[in-house]
Amino acid sequence: MKVVITSSNKTLADPIDMHFGRAKFFILADTETGKAVVHDNAQNLHAAQGAGIQSAETVAKLGAEVVITGSVGPKAYKALQAAGIKIALLEAVCPGTEALRRFKDKELPVLDKPNSEGHWV
Amino acid sequence: MKAFPAIAIASGKGGTGKTTVAIHLAALLAAQGRAVQYLDCDVEEPNGHLFLKPKMERSESVGIPVPVVDAAQCTSCGKCAEVCEFNAIAMLKKPLVFPELCHGCGACALVCPVGAIRETSRAIGVVETGRTGTIGFAQGRLNVGEPMAPPLIRAVKARRNPDAIALFDSPPGTSCPVVATVRDADLVVLVTEPTPFGLHDLALAVDTFRPMGKPMGVVVNRADDDRRVQDYCQAENLPVLAELPDDRRVAETYARGELVFDRLPEWRDRFDALWSRIEECL
Amino acid sequence: MKELVVISGKGGTGKTSLTASLAGLAPNAVLADCDVDAADLHLILAPDIRRREDFRSGHRASIRAADCIGCGRCAALCRYNAIAPAAHPSDGARVFTVEAGACEGCGVCVWNCPVNAIDFEEQVCGAWFVSDTRHGPMAHARLAPGAENSGKLVSLVREQAREIAKRENRDLVLVDGPPGTGCPVIAALTGAHGVLVVTEPTVSGAHDLLRVLALAGHLKIPAAVCINKWDIQPEQADRIEAAARAAGATPVGRVRYDKAATAAQRRGLTIIEADANSLADDIRTVWKQWMDFAKEAP
Repeated sequence: MKVVITSSNKTLADPIDMHFGRAKFFILADTETGKAVVHDNAQNLHAAQGAGIQSAETVAKLGAEVVITGSVGPKAYKALQAAGIKIALLEAVCPGTEALRRFKDKELPVLDKPNSEGHWV
Repeated sequence: MKAFPAIAIASGKGGTGKTTVAIHLAALLAAQGRAVQYLDCDVEEPNGHLFLKPKMERSESVGIPVPVVDAAQCTSCGKCAEVCEFNAIAMLKKPLVFPELCHGCGACALVCPVGAIRETSRAIGVVETGRTGTIGFAQGRLNVGEPMAPPLIRAVKARRNPDAIALFDSPPGTSCPVVATVRDADLVVLVTEPTPFGLHDLALAVDTFRPMGKPMGVVVNRADDDRRVQDYCQAENLPVLAELPDDRRVAETYARGELVFDRLPEWRDRFDALWSRIEECL
Repeated sequence: MKELVVISGKGGTGKTSLTASLAGLAPNAVLADCDVDAADLHLILAPDIRRREDFRSGHRASIRAADCIGCGRCAALCRYNAIAPAAHPSDGARVFTVEAGACEGCGVCVWNCPVNAIDFEEQVCGAWFVSDTRHGPMAHARLAPGAENSGKLVSLVREQAREIAKRENRDLVLVDGPPGTGCPVIAALTGAHGVLVVTEPTVSGAHDLLRVLALAGHLKIPAAVCINKWDIQPEQADRIEAAARAAGATPVGRVRYDKAATAAQRRGLTIIEADANSLADDIRTVWKQWMDFAKEAP
């Protein structure tokens, strides 16, 4: 299965980024092969508005089925839903590898509604 | 001078007396038998009606065009999402529209190769028109929480009566809603107060309107012995149109929502003199 | 860490003077001046700027006169009436120009120009700063004249202030918010833990207060209300407090009308520093009552 982890830096050893819309990096990981590819999200980081929507579009294009992150705003949530992408929720910052392990062990709850206010931008 | 000029009453800083000046000019001109219209472009916080107490005649909803995608015709090519500068369309399995982010530019409908996008109106507020005696009145009222002020401001100004002197009551500040208000004014009257905040924000307003090529004049409200605003105006070659003295009775009259010269007749002369100076600038 | 915002709805109610004084009363706060359209807090707090960054947002169209063939397609498509015909500076031929203040940056003209004569540069819309002041660190900004998108800049300033608070272990971010009920105010309020609305006992103050309280209610932010210059019209002050309560807000004190407020501003001091006794006492009471209220609020 292909999952995206929102990350503060370029590798799975780095701590995750708790924010979905303005996450610094997306790391696309394959749970079967363990292969990971990094995608720089800097462009969205500076979006005038709709960063969460753009991020959802990006992870959809990457082919992810699941996003592992800490918070998702209302618009990003709506967009991820439309793309059929599930959200696995982390309650605290941890390294990407740890996030991935917990996801595989089914320790992470699936988010069924937005859990952050939009930032208006 | 045009027979019916448009004068924007603006201020960098809020609460300097912009609305007070605008409504008293409206009342003064009406009393002189001139055709005048007051247009409240401060659509986030329209206050002129509290003083002019107009009899409203019409209320019209104002919307901006937002896209609706016909799923049957859509080929999911994604061009609409690509072209949207405001990230209001996301291309997922199908295009997903976020109307609250849409600026109504029409790019998506224009680019769609199969004509699958039509536009519908999303309400952002109302324009109300009416009269107070002989004063024409128009105001916009933006829905609370609505970010798109400029389209509503343009709608208010579209109600301008070409056969009357127009007074645009501007929002405070110097950002896009202010520019939308001041854009087709013949003169900008900047209302300020003699404080460091007032002077600082006046200078910002001047920096905003000068590149637009707008003639400007300054009204110093609540004037006292601090002359820094007047010194600034002299250095910048800006005419000081009036110095309205600090008078607690004016604040009290304003607080009750009454016209100052109904209670304090000497203030009529002050606004009379202000209008003469405005005419000289036009 | 709590994030508390001071706003006013109507401008000129004394919000910034009050915020500056509250900054002096807060022992461990980071300040954020989010009134980026008319930022004045720095006039009192005299920040020592540590970091300055350009604020870029959106694009603006500009037509190269040399390449324009004068067809007018751009002007016909622009929904903002931002494009008008003009004479070419050298040969007087008809060309089109963009009125910078009217362009919304949608790009329709850019990709519909048959000869690609329109540039679409990213705009520098202002600058933001991180500074030190005598009352603690401060994040602030300046929106360029006529720029839009102050909502984004407001969010950016708040974000900087929160980062400082986290880094320096400070428990409060005190935000000086913008006037109105539009985009910048929403950006200043969204996700905050509490809001103090500063109003005045006038008909416009009362009117704008209710609009702003509706917004705070909509965003589910616990609202406190303070009436400045209350003694100008005491009956109106009573009515406003009653209306505020009815709207779900909590009055946390009144501040008297006193020219000492202007005098302090002219000296570049907060009202507390200027030692304006009774006026300063009013503000101390507001601070204490607001903090008590904010502590209990969810």
